[in-house]
Amino acid sequence: MAYIFNDTQMAEFKRLVARYPEGKQKSALLPVLHLAQDSFDGWLPTEALDYVASLLQIEPIEVYEVATFYSMYNLKPVGKYVFEVCQTGPCMISGSDSIIDYIKQVLSIQPGETTKDGLFTLKLVECLGACGYAPMMQVGKIFREHLTKEKVDAIIAEYRQTANNN
Amino acid sequence: MGVKLLLEKANVPGIRSFEVYRREGGYRSVEKALKEMNPELIVEEVKKSGLRGRGGAGFPTGMKWSFIAKPEGVPRHLVCNADESEPGTFKDRYLMEFIPHLLLEGLIVSSFALGSNDTYIYIRGEYAWITDILEEAIEEAKAAGFLGKNILGTGFDCNIHVQRGAGAYICGEETALIESLEGKRGNPRIKPPFPAIQGLWMRPTVVNNVETLAAVVPIINMGGDEYAKIGVGRSTGTKLISACGNINKPGVYEIDMTISVEEFIYSDEYCGGIKGGKQLKACIPGGSSVPILPANLLLKTAKGETRYMNYESLSDGGFATGSMLGSGGFIVLDEDQCIVKNTLTLARFYRHESCGQCSPCREGTGWMEKILYKIEHGKGSMSDIDLLWDIQRKIEGNTICPLGDAAAWPVAAAIRHFRDEFEWHINNPELSQTSNFGLQHYADPIHVPA
Ligand SMILES: Cc1cc2nc3c(=O)[nH]c(=O)nc-3n(C[C@H](O)[C@H](O)[C@H](O)COP(=O)(O)O)c2cc1C
Ligand code: SF4
Ligand code: FES
Repeated sequence: MAYIFNDTQMAEFKRLVARYPEGKQKSALLPVLHLAQDSFDGWLPTEALDYVASLLQIEPIEVYEVATFYSMYNLKPVGKYVFEVCQTGPCMISGSDSIIDYIKQVLSIQPGETTKDGLFTLKLVECLGACGYAPMMQVGKIFREHLTKEKVDAIIAEYRQTANNN
Repeated sequence: MGVKLLLEKANVPGIRSFEVYRREGGYRSVEKALKEMNPELIVEEVKKSGLRGRGGAGFPTGMKWSFIAKPEGVPRHLVCNADESEPGTFKDRYLMEFIPHLLLEGLIVSSFALGSNDTYIYIRGEYAWITDILEEAIEEAKAAGFLGKNILGTGFDCNIHVQRGAGAYICGEETALIESLEGKRGNPRIKPPFPAIQGLWMRPTVVNNVETLAAVVPIINMGGDEYAKIGVGRSTGTKLISACGNINKPGVYEIDMTISVEEFIYSDEYCGGIKGGKQLKACIPGGSSVPILPANLLLKTAKGETRYMNYESLSDGGFATGSMLGSGGFIVLDEDQCIVKNTLTLARFYRHESCGQCSPCREGTGWMEKILYKIEHGKGSMSDIDLLWDIQRKIEGNTICPLGDAAAWPVAAAIRHFRDEFEWHINNPELSQTSNFGLQHYADPIHVPA
């Protein structure tokens, strides 16, 4: 795969950089990494990081040190749908453990792993700001809240369906 | 029903759009501030209001604003802290999601007061859909002449930009946030210099929480003196509380700070009591960093007085018998919850979120997690409790930023108030894997209202 933005992505890149004063284009690094991850299969190989460095005219190391600091950047390939389940205190006391166990069981994967069909990755994360709507997980841009086993089944079925239709 | 200043209109159908928000009286404070007032007068009103920062520390906002340096020819910036990552806290999300124009309105007035022509909202990366809501609201406000060049013909220019973070609690700390806005790792800076002198791109900068900036709207509309009449003592105005855990009605509530903790937990207007008719065991009243309190000390102070939902009352008794209002993240634990396990998840959180710059924080948070893990899994020894105590004490006060303290306090408070539960785990390695210590702590029966 070629790690180059298409025209739409490039237009978005320009919009992001324009928010900052002249010469401060490095400030756009976090949003540009999000854009790159969204544009390139949901993860950031070294080639993608180097490409971002060249676009922002900064050293590759400046990109690497940021990409490795923030937990939302995936530095390894992930499944099409990443289930990021919150395991922090408020979710734990509201039953996140049993939801995590259930997902492990129905998908036959451990945290950090991807299903063989490449569809689902399970990731355990810390508080996502949805503590009152626990247990919860983030999938892409969306928060899935008030999870129950039945809801997890329905969500998995829904994504399988979407993947089949594409 | 208490006074509502921020969320009063949050449930009006369509309030997310500029049109409805404006029709409901929105953006009046911008007209008033830009046309009838000047920056000094606005700062004065905010001072009079007694507004204290809603991000957790409770620092007086007007005073913070008056510290901003004004060197000739150097741009200044206002930065809105929407990083909201303290476990238990989800109030800013609610405000931005349901009534985004209220935040923008507060930001425009505050930007005018501080002389910020480019204002940034730094929002946690996971709130991607809220970023879209805010960007749409910004476009609407711009189209209506409330943002952009020469706002309402007053000559004041202001743009608001939204930047997403990427998953790092530490970026809620204001200097880490600034580093992150500059496209770097979220490593907090050593202070001084304070952001008010050298902040974003080394320019004078004020960082304020979402709720703080939204509160500027009612302050300008009603006047600082009137605002200060709401609440009690130095807890003026209203506060958003995000309530979660084992309660009947988790959610975001706007309170005036005169209600008691008991009313907040048990009345149907707020949390609606403990879920499943169970008993209250403990509560972390102000976000995961503040000390956990057992039920008896939560509802009443050590002196036996009623405890209220405000800055002073929640911290009555200091850390020995009190806690803090903090960010307003109110976490309720029922009789079936295990304090050791809860503390373990929080210790893991802080270990995960430590930026790693200071040894006491980087190493100490790791050790605390490991020891708590041992105890929780029936492999602890009595000396581990003292070791935990020792580690937390060595972190507190010895680090660049307050994350170290934030990691130490929950562990200290859990041991202070629930030492017997830790000991029970250690003495009953097998039993503790299958059952719970429950409410055995209390020599005195817990007061639970009928
Ligand atoms: C580790 C850490 C995390 C913080 N996270 C947040 C946060 O998510 N939101 C916030 O408004 N303030 C947070 N703060 C407080 C900020 O540093 C700063 O005090 C606050 O944004 C100031 O705004 P205020 O005066 O309006 O409260 C955090 C502080 C620390 C030490
Ligand atoms: S206290 Fe922890 S989070 Fe704060 S600067 Fe030091 S290592 Fe980083
Ligand atoms: S603890 Fe899970 S969302 Fe906050």
